[in-house]
Amino acid sequence: MISRIGQYTLQLGNAPSIVGFASVVSKKESEGPLCKYFDIIGDDDHFGEETWEKAESRMQKDAVGKALSKAGLTTGDIQYIFAGDLLNQCISSAYGLRDLQIPFVGLYGACSTMAESLSMASIFTAAGACTNAVAVTSSHFCSAERQFRFPLEYGGVRTPTAQWTVTGSGSVVVGSHLNGPYVNMVTIGKIQDMGIKDLNNMGAAMAPAAADTIKCFLEDTGKKPEDFDMILTGDLGLVGSELLVKLLLKDDIDISKKHQDCGLLIYDLEKQDVHAGGSGCGCSGSVLCSYILNNMQNGAINDVLFVATGALMSTTSVQQGESIPGIAHLVYLSNQSL
Amino acid sequence: MSITNQEYDSLTKQASPGTKSYKTIPMAFLIGGLICVLGQAFINLYIWLGVDQQTASTLGSMTLIFIAALLTGLNMFDNIAKVAGAGTLVPITGFSNAVVSPALEFKSEGYVLGLGAKMFVIAGPVIVYGVVASVVYGLILFLFGLV
Repeated sequence: MISRIGQYTLQLGNAPSIVGFASVVSKKESEGPLCKYFDIIGDDDHFGEETWEKAESRMQKDAVGKALSKAGLTTGDIQYIFAGDLLNQCISSAYGLRDLQIPFVGLYGACSTMAESLSMASIFTAAGACTNAVAVTSSHFCSAERQFRFPLEYGGVRTPTAQWTVTGSGSVVVGSHLNGPYVNMVTIGKIQDMGIKDLNNMGAAMAPAAADTIKCFLEDTGKKPEDFDMILTGDLGLVGSELLVKLLLKDDIDISKKHQDCGLLIYDLEKQDVHAGGSGCGCSGSVLCSYILNNMQNGAINDVLFVATGALMSTTSVQQGESIPGIAHLVYLSNQSL
Repeated sequence: MSITNQEYDSLTKQASPGTKSYKTIPMAFLIGGLICVLGQAFINLYIWLGVDQQTASTLGSMTLIFIAALLTGLNMFDNIAKVAGAGTLVPITGFSNAVVSPALEFKSEGYVLGLGAKMFVIAGPVIVYGVVASVVYGLILFLFGLV
């Protein structure tokens, strides 16, 4: 049974469990502080493929394969797969997953796709539409750069507010009536746009969306930031994280003690030259499916608000002078089933 | 949101770190200057080899273009540019890199629609407006009877 709490939040009765998860990253991400948590680490950015796009597809396929094997399941046990990525027409997902022969739902939520796909998989499972579903997403620094910015070898200089697209993929297998961690609640976010136009300051463009979704969830449920071990945003980076805390403080919500950001966790900001932190679908995907879910499984953390954030612009809209709309979806993960 | 777009814009400006100009400007000056010294050294070398002044200048530019293209192909140019900033971008080395880097990048879409079509994706506007500017400049010279 799924019931609606307040205006925006869904409570998933018989809460679906996370029965398997896996992360795939490349060399740079493995040189960061979360190295020991990742399942598969590529020797280089190619993952044995000829093009960056094929490499990204390969990461998704490997992430799903690993998550299934960790869950002790095969593709035949999965009724739906929810997937998305950053590339035009979501080709990483389509090409990466075409051989699996699992009913496929393509999603586009930019960097919020991990929360979006996990929400969909959980809602489908809680509604009884399936017993097992997979959520997967990915991003690749090289394929994203050539689509959104400049060629890799171009000698342009990144601004201090720019973020580094994570080369990584995260996959979650959701199933019904098993052990925790559970997906207890989901809040689908509203598009927020506060007029930020700087393509090199995505954190600032997305922070209002994260603030709005977190506020809606807390209002709907009557919970406080202190009720959670961690409020984890997707890829706000240095600038967006600071703005998120300030925005919520204006509504008398203080998340500063509980807030963490995947974009700040995945890299060593001092040593790895990533400016304001990591970004991309694979950022929140790979951090959730490694460090976070591992620590939830071993009981180090029990209640997490996972709020993946996305910037919904394209190169065309930015060139036409449009501002950048942001989105944030929230998934409440807990070791306690509701 | 209980905040206007203007208020958010000023919050964003406060939160966004600025470029460390005290570091980037001297580096751009230093490396840009070194590239110019290198260019002059090549010109002197070609004159010493017996080439006339004008041809030596052209050969000097060509040599810098070649070196920048080679360094781009060897994945070294962007690492130098990260430190040098406008120091590598403004001299003719930057133009070379702007043509070679998309040519390398888009090779995966084939030699015609990839490499050929995308090669001038960054440098194209510079060529277009460079030509336009030179036409305007020529017209001014012509109209005022300076030629």
